[in-house]
Amino acid sequence: MQEFLQQLVNGIAIGSIYALIALGYTMVYGILRFVNFAHGDVFMVGAFFGLFAAGWIGASAGANGPAAVVVVFLAAMFGAAVLGVILERFAYKPVRGQPRLNALITAIGVSLFLENAGILIFGADPKTFPELLPPANYSVGGVKISSTQVMTLAGSCLLMLGLNFVVYRTRIGKAMRAVSFSRDAASLMGIPTDRVITATFALGSALAAAAGVLFSMSYPRLDPLMGVMQGLKAFVAAVLGGIGNIPGAVVGGLVLGLAETLVSGYLSSTYRDAIAFVLLIVILIVKPSGLLGRAVSEKV
Amino acid sequence: MSELAPERFLPLPTRLLRFGLGLAVIVLLQQFVLPGINPYFARILILAEINVILAVSLNLINGFAGQFSLGHAGFMAIGGYVSAAFAVSAGPAVLAVLGASPEAPGPAPSFIVLCLGLILGALVAAITGLLIGIPTLRLKGDYLAIATLGFGEIIRVVIQNTEAVGGARGFINIPTYAGFFAVTLFMVLTLAVHWNLVHSRHGRALLAVREDEIAAEAMGVPTTRYKVLAFSIGAAFAGVGGSLFAHYNGGLHPNTFTFLKSIEVVIMVVLGGMGSITGSILAALLLTAMPELLRPIKEYRMVIYSLLLIVLMITRPQGIFGLGEFDPARLLWWRRARGAR
Repeated sequence: MQEFLQQLVNGIAIGSIYALIALGYTMVYGILRFVNFAHGDVFMVGAFFGLFAAGWIGASAGANGPAAVVVVFLAAMFGAAVLGVILERFAYKPVRGQPRLNALITAIGVSLFLENAGILIFGADPKTFPELLPPANYSVGGVKISSTQVMTLAGSCLLMLGLNFVVYRTRIGKAMRAVSFSRDAASLMGIPTDRVITATFALGSALAAAAGVLFSMSYPRLDPLMGVMQGLKAFVAAVLGGIGNIPGAVVGGLVLGLAETLVSGYLSSTYRDAIAFVLLIVILIVKPSGLLGRAVSEKV
Repeated sequence: MSELAPERFLPLPTRLLRFGLGLAVIVLLQQFVLPGINPYFARILILAEINVILAVSLNLINGFAGQFSLGHAGFMAIGGYVSAAFAVSAGPAVLAVLGASPEAPGPAPSFIVLCLGLILGALVAAITGLLIGIPTLRLKGDYLAIATLGFGEIIRVVIQNTEAVGGARGFINIPTYAGFFAVTLFMVLTLAVHWNLVHSRHGRALLAVREDEIAAEAMGVPTTRYKVLAFSIGAAFAGVGGSLFAHYNGGLHPNTFTFLKSIEVVIMVVLGGMGSITGSILAALLLTAMPELLRPIKEYRMVIYSLLLIVLMITRPQGIFGLGEFDPARLLWWRRARGAR
């Protein structure tokens, strides 16, 4: 039982990171009906921005105030948001009117570009992320929770609440919901759809970067290909919850994180990376609209 | 779609003659030209031919049927591992029946073992394609791409955990039965099958599915059946490519068949033009040779590829050849004059 609870905690911790990345997929999909394949690589670049920021402010092993942590997060999120806007402007916007497959191929191209430019710029060898928090383990009823796990849970809760606020309580959030409902109608109502799309990319990329920093705090080995698998899994999480649906992304991320840790804990850790895809295929066959999604009937 | 007008049927003797001539050309090349060229170039040529098989078969799924698959490496892996396992386990018995020694079988017995393994590999790949295709081809566009990608990864993870074929260490000591002759022969066969398929009524049905699924269905085209058909034929030929690769390379490793391998083939198809067989051939040759030419700047290779892909999508999304086929005869004035008549 205790082991099960421990797996549960680990699963929720990794699941909330998946959820943060999945939010970016789902928001962009909700607005553009487009899978931003490069989102996992934005996650990777965000982690590297965090690494550089930590280097600049001289964050060293375990002796940083909360201010340093906040600075690292903000720098990574800001950098990734700028990157997201640039990608949107120069790669995705030119193909927006074209068939969806072209946008998908463009996104694959952007993903490959970020990975290989990352190998050129950052180097292919893994980098170590500094310990931002003093390593500590808290024991709650025999279940060990590390300080980074607490940070992950607190950070992702905070970011999700923040996103909730932006989407449901601000003007730009209202515009986003309108655009995702119908881009043409929103445009006719005077909503600057291009600006809303840009804002969506910025927001999604910032969340991915935050996830990148949180992930690097738990798994401090950064390399330019780290985003591939995480990105794919987060996409699975988004589909699992119902793509385009914001609470769905969170639910999907948590379900995926739990499924993964339980499978690697009780069955075999070598199948860890396959479980996400098995879940994906099961959900696509059983309920393609996802756990929380509504089925959309096709118009002729 | 004038390029895809029904082919004129040639009489059987003419076709047999053509086939014999082609075979003779391959044998002559194998006997007289190949020994003369540098083994390094020969290797690139053979790998390029294998890539042609992969690109053309993926083009059937992605280009002609309009279903976006990202799992081609998985089918390639199935074909490669199945035929390699066949050659290692059952190969000696087959050779014994043929009266050849397992240590040094002659070209003919080893070719027979290769063919048996290749057919088996292609069959298993096709059946897997069928099993994957039936549920996933109900999905559209992005979903299908991700589902096939997922299956490709699952196939790889399963291979990685199958100790009988070497698991994560890789499958070594596969007999190298596939040389220039076998690879070229199967490439030509692949091209012939795909060319004839897309120029048949089935090919036109596939195009109809691609252009407008609902309209195709309304015209009585069984869309699901055609999508599954294209998917499993493409998978079978990916298996052919995989088994040739296994028997040429002499070893297989699960990490060869990652998602990146699938993307590489997708780039070939997109660059050549989705729906152009000749485009796929040229793109496969080009993209296999280019890394060798660009060796001095090899760190930039993938960066250049990815930028190429983005720029291509923005400026010429139909690829170099689009839907059309490259016809050398069209370059000559008389052909154009005749077409204008």
